[in-house]
Amino acid sequence: MATNQYVPDSATLLDIYKRAALLKANDERARKVILSGQIAMVYYSYRGQEIIPSALSACLRDDDSLCTIYRGIHDMLAKGFPLRPLWAELAGRKTGSCKGKGGPMHLTYPPKGIMVTTGIVGSTAPIANGLAWAAQLDKSDRVSVCTFGDGASNIGAVHEAMNLAACWNLPTIFICQNNLYAEHTTYEKMTAGETIAGRAAGYGMPGVRVNGNDAAEMYAAAAEAVARARAGEGPTLIECMTFRFFGHSFGDDDTRYIPKEQKAAAMAADPVPALRAKLIADRIATEEELAAIEAGIEAEIDDAVKFALDSEWPVADDLRFDVFEKEIAA
Amino acid sequence: MSTTAPEAPAQKAARPKVTILEALHKACHDAFAEDPKILMLGEDLADPEGGGIVGVSAGLSTKFGDDRVRSTPISEQAIMGAAIGASLAGYKPIAEIMLMNFTTVAMDMIVNHAAKLRFMSGGQTNVPIVIRTMTGLGFGSGGQHCDYLEAWFAHTAGIKVCAASTPEDAYGLLRSAIDDPDPVIFIENLPTYRVPMSFELPDSSHRVPLGKAAVQREGTDVTVISYARMAVEARAAAEKAAADGVSVEMIDLRTIAPWDRDTVLASAAKTGRVLIVHEAVKEYGVGAEIASVINEELFGQLKKPVKRLGGAFSAVPYSKPLETAFAPDAGRIHAAILELAK
Repeated sequence: MATNQYVPDSATLLDIYKRAALLKANDERARKVILSGQIAMVYYSYRGQEIIPSALSACLRDDDSLCTIYRGIHDMLAKGFPLRPLWAELAGRKTGSCKGKGGPMHLTYPPKGIMVTTGIVGSTAPIANGLAWAAQLDKSDRVSVCTFGDGASNIGAVHEAMNLAACWNLPTIFICQNNLYAEHTTYEKMTAGETIAGRAAGYGMPGVRVNGNDAAEMYAAAAEAVARARAGEGPTLIECMTFRFFGHSFGDDDTRYIPKEQKAAAMAADPVPALRAKLIADRIATEEELAAIEAGIEAEIDDAVKFALDSEWPVADDLRFDVFEKEIAA
Repeated sequence: MSTTAPEAPAQKAARPKVTILEALHKACHDAFAEDPKILMLGEDLADPEGGGIVGVSAGLSTKFGDDRVRSTPISEQAIMGAAIGASLAGYKPIAEIMLMNFTTVAMDMIVNHAAKLRFMSGGQTNVPIVIRTMTGLGFGSGGQHCDYLEAWFAHTAGIKVCAASTPEDAYGLLRSAIDDPDPVIFIENLPTYRVPMSFELPDSSHRVPLGKAAVQREGTDVTVISYARMAVEARAAAEKAAADGVSVEMIDLRTIAPWDRDTVLASAAKTGRVLIVHEAVKEYGVGAEIASVINEELFGQLKKPVKRLGGAFSAVPYSKPLETAFAPDAGRIHAAILELAK
């Protein structure tokens, strides 16, 4: 599929790996912290989907906006969400990016363009259009990315948004992360048509299905979509094929609905170690260099988790603030 | 024609001629001229599509460009989402949802997103949008085109709700809603758009602060609290009650959420008799909240239980006698005032 002109060079592949390694390590830590009882939170593991946002974010700038979903911490970390305010928010602390008011499903960090995280399936797409409209009005080459899952491809809001994006020629990039399961239901069973990418044709926009677990292929598709959007050539839908390793929400027993062999095969083809092996095989990095990067990531996560757990909790009076600009009277 | 004596000029000048529709139209034009960040989007509202189905946005796209004033597909979720997204990037969009019943198809965008993003982001983002929407019975449009759904939005933390009953307030409230850093739903009443009520259009500096009620008539016997078209009906009822010797203090809330407790409680304490009137279904309506607060704050000072008039607990009906029976009017408000004053 990576037949276009956008081939990632060695530095870009290494950059993608650094992001993916951070995402993988952070997910592993999140599950560990939940199981340890240190932080109680609803958690939608993205493990297995790391390459998609890592390759995408290698094409993005801080001022490009991102609207993502409850299974979206990988999208945010790849885009540069700093670890301390992230972990403090997961822990519900006052030092969290959202002062503990948003939590894992509503993480927000505007300095890196992370504008909306929604817990409502499909709701990223209409809002991303508004951010894209603003870029158009500003005569800026910023792009607006929304990500959503295969399940969201069946909700009306996404279709309204794709139609409007095409009508208004907006720089919106629709990233569908097709992990083959909408909650517990298979993609094949509840999604008509051959591909989700094929639906783009109905809106007169380019739609492409790629192996989202392949860094070069994912990068090529993302880079082309970003280039088109920056050049004022309108929206693109990218359907990124992938798999999630830990069910819908962490703790759910996915053996009830995912065939054992399917999951085992997906995990055996884990995209992050695969990219790591490729970097070494292609002499882009050495084992020692990558190990040092990974150790650095672990240390950063250690620091962030400690920072979060040491931080103060919010207090009841905080409920009066941030409802409106002016606080609610006591 | 030449045989008919011309109307006396003095008499002619005394007749109100300015409508709420004209006030809203001017408010939009004035706001657009003053601030390039203001946008408008919605179905049919640019000039090639007629400038809005009642004409509030007429002329805007021609004057300010179709970048800023955009007709949209019939896609309420896409409209609201685009407004929210542009507001997150520093613009001040006015989203027109043609009829209030159509807000129901965009409730996720309005309630889960517009109203909550400031709070959920811990104040990092805010959504300075205005949702203009019209409604109101009287034209026989039945169950899905004229509901008053303000209580749904008033019940949602993070969104403000306004409705005007005079051209001055329509102008001043809409300008304040546009200026406001938070989402505001601005409810327009379809049947009273074109009723001449005032003598002059407000100038561009006119503002009505959000959260501030208007005491439209001072009185001592009964307080009547209302908004939107019911305030027009209540003013007529108050006039009639005065002829019966009952002095009515008439309050138009103007902002339904957050409502002006100080003005309402001061009046209720003064009269001890309160009537609340809205076109929306009475059960679980805005009147219930106001009555409850009056009871909490003034129990013991009231001379009669707080009384409410509202729409019937049914869908808005089509047939004229049923439609007339559904909502309060000046006659029923007048009767309720006299009953309270006994």
